[in-house]
Amino acid sequence: MIRLIALALALIAAAPMAAAQEEQSTAPYAYRQLDDPAKERAAQALMETLRCLQCQGQSIADSDAPIAGSMRSLVRERVAAGEDPEAIRAWLVERYGDYVSYAPRLTGLTWPLFAVPLALALLAFALLRRRFGADKGSGA
Amino acid sequence: MNEKRRSFRWATWLPLALFLGFFVLVLVGLLRPADRTVASALVGKPMPAFNLPPALPGRPGLDSKVLANGKPHLVNIFASWCVPCRVEAPQLAALARAGVPIEGISVRDTTENLQRFLAENGDPFQRVGADDDGRVQLALGSSGVPETYVIDGKGVIVYQHIGEIRPEHLDLLLGKLKEAGE
Repeated sequence: MIRLIALALALIAAAPMAAAQEEQSTAPYAYRQLDDPAKERAAQALMETLRCLQCQGQSIADSDAPIAGSMRSLVRERVAAGEDPEAIRAWLVERYGDYVSYAPRLTGLTWPLFAVPLALALLAFALLRRRFGADKGSGA
Repeated sequence: MNEKRRSFRWATWLPLALFLGFFVLVLVGLLRPADRTVASALVGKPMPAFNLPPALPGRPGLDSKVLANGKPHLVNIFASWCVPCRVEAPQLAALARAGVPIEGISVRDTTENLQRFLAENGDPFQRVGADDDGRVQLALGSSGVPETYVIDGKGVIVYQHIGEIRPEHLDLLLGKLKEAGE
């Protein structure tokens, strides 16, 4: 009996806390996978490369923020409807800019991202070749 | 010999130069962190078409068509669970008193909580559309609550205000609304 009363009291105490929290999204696929495993895989791959707009270091696949739930549902519903994942990414980039995507595109602004590693690898190769090649050549 | 020594020096100092370059980069990032606000890329473009059901009994929902009725509008994205929305309520009330039509989009909310929120904080809205799954919020390029969009008479988004409207923002918003009406 005492346990029952304690439980009831705990529930009453917890109720206002639950009310103060953000409403759970009614987006149908925020926490539900698609029935078709192939489509779910495609949706998951896209979700892992989309940024959560609220907790910005996380992807929407990792984040528990309500807006991430809305974004997951949007991605899954569109993939289920047969839309190309890259078209969904483009739709979001059109609204939020490149920042929403973790997969950088090659543009006039982003080319150093791709060129610098290549240039550094070439530089390393040239430096190593000069050091070891020169040693061989001089016979030292 | 001379040339060899010069090239030797260049290779010696390169790592230090690179290190200093990274050091300055980190220092700049620490002292002046980049602005991580995600603005909507739709500013300057027409409002996407949507039709939201009413969030409150006896109040129309929000159809994007009414935003192109020839008069500038404010579209306020809000929610009863959002604390900054309480902070901006007096400013929205002041804008409504100034005759600005304010349309609301309530995000991930319930009628009961909305009614309580509006009873406590005032109700400046002509229409309130219920965006229960956050889909219209995403369609507008909105990344949080509250956000306020200024829409001109043709239904084009001319300005996006991110975060709560504080008293110092009123003149700016009224100016944008006036510009949008011209």
